[in-house]
Amino acid sequence: MSDLLEIKGLSVSFRTAQGEVESVRDVSLSLRPGEVLAIVGESGCGKSVLCRSVMKLLPKNGWIKGGAILADGVDITHYTQRDMERLRGRLFSMVFQDPLTALNPTMTVGAQIAEAVLVHQPGMKRAARRRRVLELMDLVGIPGGEERYGRYPHDFSGGMRQRAVMAIALASNPKILFADEPTTALDVTIQAQILDLLRDIQRKLGTAAVLVTHDLGVVARAADRVAVMYAGKIVETGTVEDIFYDPRHPYTWGLLRSLPAWAKDGEPLYTIPGMPPSLLHPPKGDAFACRNEYALAIDYQEAPPMFRISDTHYAATWLLDERAPKITPPMGGGFHG
Amino acid sequence: MDDILLDVQGLTHCYRLDRRRTLRAVDDVSFQMHRGEIFGLVGESGSGKSTVARCVMSILHPTAGKIRYLGVNICDPGQFKSHRELLQTSRQMIFQDSTSSLDPRMTVEEIIAEPLVIHRVRSPRGSLRAEAEFQLKCVGMDPGCLDRYPGELSGGQRQRVAIARALSMGPELLVADEPIASLDVSIQAQIINLFKHLQREHGFTFLFIAHDLAVVRYLCDRVGVMFQGKLVEVGPAQEVFARPQHPYTQALLSAIPIPDPRRERARVVQSFDAKQFHREGALYEVSPGHLVLGEGGGV
Repeated sequence: MSDLLEIKGLSVSFRTAQGEVESVRDVSLSLRPGEVLAIVGESGCGKSVLCRSVMKLLPKNGWIKGGAILADGVDITHYTQRDMERLRGRLFSMVFQDPLTALNPTMTVGAQIAEAVLVHQPGMKRAARRRRVLELMDLVGIPGGEERYGRYPHDFSGGMRQRAVMAIALASNPKILFADEPTTALDVTIQAQILDLLRDIQRKLGTAAVLVTHDLGVVARAADRVAVMYAGKIVETGTVEDIFYDPRHPYTWGLLRSLPAWAKDGEPLYTIPGMPPSLLHPPKGDAFACRNEYALAIDYQEAPPMFRISDTHYAATWLLDERAPKITPPMGGGFHG
Repeated sequence: MDDILLDVQGLTHCYRLDRRRTLRAVDDVSFQMHRGEIFGLVGESGSGKSTVARCVMSILHPTAGKIRYLGVNICDPGQFKSHRELLQTSRQMIFQDSTSSLDPRMTVEEIIAEPLVIHRVRSPRGSLRAEAEFQLKCVGMDPGCLDRYPGELSGGQRQRVAIARALSMGPELLVADEPIASLDVSIQAQIINLFKHLQREHGFTFLFIAHDLAVVRYLCDRVGVMFQGKLVEVGPAQEVFARPQHPYTQALLSAIPIPDPRRERARVVQSFDAKQFHREGALYEVSPGHLVLGEGGGV
């Protein structure tokens, strides 16, 4: 199966008053048709920048420094905004974190979805357009489409608004859906419903999705594959089972261990010491070394390459080098029972 | 009943929407907080939990009901006035967003010492700087940060500064409204540990408002569940999480995501049709200290 999206050695930088910030550093990724890829990491690790650079939605002070982006086999790295306009929607759409700011408060929800339909199918007749909008509303699980068509976003609950945003994103039948923290602004009670909807759509339409999140619960529910990002680099990538049941990178261990869900009663939560490094002057060697209790001397000298664990599972840590000392990982091997 | 720090009875708060309409955000809520405990208040957005916190802090004046803090009815203007000093120093609040709750043009030292300056309190540790340094160490930060500005700090550090500021008055009750919602996972764990440490080692009492139920289960001693302005269930955290009685609590607990793909995917999500949950009746006891809203024991 050929890759729908392929990112090769992508580096993205921002020009700031203090100097150049290297937000994304040498990232390689691939997305296959119909799969959900989750990009996990803390704020500032470059996960949103990565998505935006693929969509070419970077702010003016950001630029792609190196690497290549291939969409459907075509190199779009140097596409201009005009070229991208033809691609956006047709190839990929985006769902943002906060549905209330993504929707126009002065337009009815139906009209906003119709607008998206119109942009991508300009010749469509009015009645056909309305039918298409109702079909989309039905697809994303907005009940009573006829009645809700003429309602404004403020009449909708948070979950319904996010569904409306998804209907807009799907109006153009994209092959890839980028979802940047789609459930962060929603209540726990609605989160699972929206994630199930995402999976449902992916099954029905075969849309591939890139899910950007910091929430491992979201990843566990919706993702097929996971890429863990730290300080602008991908440190571990694998299937959702690889990452949760057999994590290999110390940062992934730290993320999983710090969750309250796995805490033992009366014991303090595990915390990763220190803070993420500034990307203004990324440290030499492995960026995670100074927070890593398993750091080796070489971590401070040289950044580790991606080591292969299996066909699906890769991790960038010197611990996987054959010369590294053997350690007992704090998790994995059926840790969760 | 000496160890009751806060006693909320029949608290009701209505927001005025326009001339004719009002919104009953908090409806007849009663609970008590004991000294030295972490009391968690959970519920969906719009359930009224923040309004309760604001009433407890006297930021909002409740429409009806009584809030007794250390035996003082804080809703009564006369009593409030005569105990102003006590009420304003021994209750402190920590907000969700540390970016907007800290003045960007003040240094960390000035921020932490500001309550002392306002109340003209002499620091037990000599100078204001010594006090700020002490509180900063107390929340696990390096005193080297004293002359920094909030903009130079990370989100987790800013939240620590906000906590240090609240601690500088030597409060008894700390009200924390979603204090970790805007922080990253690895930083969240640090702040949760800090709350636990402050409670254990220094005996602070916390009213902890959160929507992250896994955090509440881990951190809180007792928990209250709010639904559309009503407190539908209250009790020891372990008891409520192990044996939820009210249908809304049961549905809410079923929504906690499990960070384990196989179990998470097997989890069935209960539907949330707001009409299916009753919010009538009064709280009745199902087991010691565990109260549920219902028609007098008939559920």
